[in-house]
Amino acid sequence: MKNYEVTFIVDPVLSGDEIKATAQTYVDQIKGEGFEIIHVDEMGLRTLAYPINRRNSGVYFTVEFQGPNGELIDKLELALRRDERIMRFLCIKLDKYGVKYNEDKRNGLIGKVKKKEKKSRGNNQGKGPKGGNNQRRGGGPRSQAPARSEAPAKVEKTEAPAKAAPAPTPAAAEKEEE
Amino acid sequence: MASRDDIKFLSNPKIGQKRQKYCRFKKFGIKHIDYRDPDFLLQFVNGQGKILPRRITGNSLKYQRKVATAIKRARHLAMLPYVTDMLK
Repeated sequence: MKNYEVTFIVDPVLSGDEIKATAQTYVDQIKGEGFEIIHVDEMGLRTLAYPINRRNSGVYFTVEFQGPNGELIDKLELALRRDERIMRFLCIKLDKYGVKYNEDKRNGLIGKVKKKEKKSRGNNQGKGPKGGNNQRRGGGPRSQAPARSEAPAKVEKTEAPAKAAPAPTPAAAEKEEE
Repeated sequence: MASRDDIKFLSNPKIGQKRQKYCRFKKFGIKHIDYRDPDFLLQFVNGQGKILPRRITGNSLKYQRKVATAIKRARHLAMLPYVTDMLK
């Protein structure tokens, strides 16, 4: 079994029905060759990063399918190349990670949620050591000075309000200890 | 009251320290890089839309190759520009 994915951009000048019909023809073609459609993703109208055929936007479609061999691909690419309604296309073979990624994305495990997670994780790790250093620096010379307790507080404010909340408490605890 | 600890803060102690770079794909176990996600790929290009080197991103060779492929695919599909200015 081989997994493939074809992404194409349909001319946005066509009417909504025509755009859907265009996508449907390729879905039917893939099905007609005995391939199994896994998912059809309509990404909708998007602005292009650069003009293609003097158009500044396009309707993106992605079709994921699997089948026993790759004989269909040549025919599919030929059809896409000949079609004037298609502005661009890209056929790729998916490896096992790609298949899993697409499945997770469909189940909502990846998508935007995970990306935020990723970013926030990255930020936390960026911030984490910083916060740790601040606390250490604040905590290291424990014996004196209110000035130092101010300094880390300022830094925390600039970082994140959520983090500022837990951070003062250890500082307060330290003061109490002193 | 200029005690020793106050003097410490006059210069930034972080200057001169290198932050350790790491490969985020290895670290977070990301196995597949999606070429249909231009927002994510934007982290690996500079203001002119050029692919950033490993030296700067810290990616491992394996994932730098995959990032490069994904960016090139995204460019073909007009999700990222080939040439531009002031991208970020």
